[in-house]
This record gives sequence, structure tokens and C-alpha cells, in this order.
Amino acid sequence: MHPNDVILQTVTKVLAFIIVIFSFYVFLAGHHNPGGGFIGALTTACAFLLVSVSFDIETVKKMIPVDFKTIMAVGLLIAVISGVLPFFFGENFLWQTFDYFDLPLLGNTELATALVFDIGVYLVVIAVVLAVIFTIGEEQ
Amino acid sequence: MFETILFVALITTSVSMLICLIRAIIGPTTSDRIVALDTFGITLIGFIGVIMILQETLAYTEVILVISILAFIGTVAMSKFIERGVIIDRH
Repeated sequence: MHPNDVILQTVTKVLAFIIVIFSFYVFLAGHHNPGGGFIGALTTACAFLLVSVSFDIETVKKMIPVDFKTIMAVGLLIAVISGVLPFFFGENFLWQTFDYFDLPLLGNTELATALVFDIGVYLVVIAVVLAVIFTIGEEQ
Repeated sequence: MFETILFVALITTSVSMLICLIRAIIGPTTSDRIVALDTFGITLIGFIGVIMILQETLAYTEVILVISILAFIGTVAMSKFIERGVIIDRH
């Protein structure tokens, strides 16, 4: 049987980018608005899940050519490094700070070091969710 | 006056969600239940939108978008399950 998924696959090709952009917005807005690393990572995992439902697992594995366990380890490493780094400035563990910078295009922007910790959370959550779903999906 | 209209809208959406829930419970086939739950999610989006107007806040906009994404992906996954038996192909 040759399945015909043209409508679903065309919708996925458009929608996956919109979902990833929205998840990235939620991830960056987490400092002042609802959002943050956890829900941003879950939404990104939703985009990859949609691709894997309408295409197959191989497509997603081609999109993310790194093993999920490596992504988990890198995320934890980033979170730990962002906690250890204040030791070199004579501060406590997980000490966070922020400052205002003049960026091109964005103007006067507040950059916080909490974003580095959030990147670690983001990578760990996305890798765990995708690893769980794909492990269950391949079991059958 | 405006608040009364909003409360009427809330009650109407609640009744609509209740009807969707009844269809999801008594629905004879699986497709009926899937469509009922999808409609339930979409109605929930409108419900949250009215609540957002009522509380004069923009804090729930992400909630609305996330619910719509989850409803779509859940409906697609369940539809693929009742059509083919597997949700994620392996090849």
C-alpha cells in the first residue's frame, strides 16, 4: 500500500518552521514574560515530533545528526559551567548578573547570564523528550 | 455592559465545551471522539481569549498558541494511529 500524505507533509513543511520560531521566541522571552527554557524546549520537540509523524524517524535523525545522549550531556555541561563560572570572579555558585549593551539592530538590550543556564535546560529537555519518544517508537 | 457580554460569551463557550465532552464520551466511533476533543481544544482557545479580555492581560497569548499546536499535533497523531496502526514510521 502506498500512502498518500501530500496535504499533511505540505502543511508540516510550513508549520514546523513556524513552531520552531515560536518556541525560540518563548525561550528568549522567558526573562520578562511567561516562557523560558522548559516550555521552549517542549515546543521545539513538538515541531520535531510533527515532522517525525508526517515523515519518518530517519528524517528527524537526519535533521539532528548528533546522538541525543550527547545533547543531554552538552546541556548539563553548559548549565554546570554557568554555575561554576562565578567562582573565577569571587562570587558564589550560580551567581547571576545582567548588563545593558548597545547591539546593532536591537538597540539597548539587557543581556543576562541566566540565559546561559537556560540554554542548558533547553538542550537537556529537548534531548530527553525526543529520546523517550523515539525509543518508544522504535520498540514496536 | 461589556463585562456582561464577556460573561455571556464565557457561558456559551462552556456549554459548547460541555456538548463536545458529551460527544467525546458517547461517541460511537473513535473518529467522533478525536474530532470532539479537537473541537474541545479549539473552544478552549476561545475561552482563554475571553478570559484574557476580562482580566485585561496579555499573559496568556503563549498559552493559546501552545494549546493550538498541541491540539493539532495530537489530532494528527491519533488520526494516523487509527489509519495505519503506527504513529511514527521507521522505514
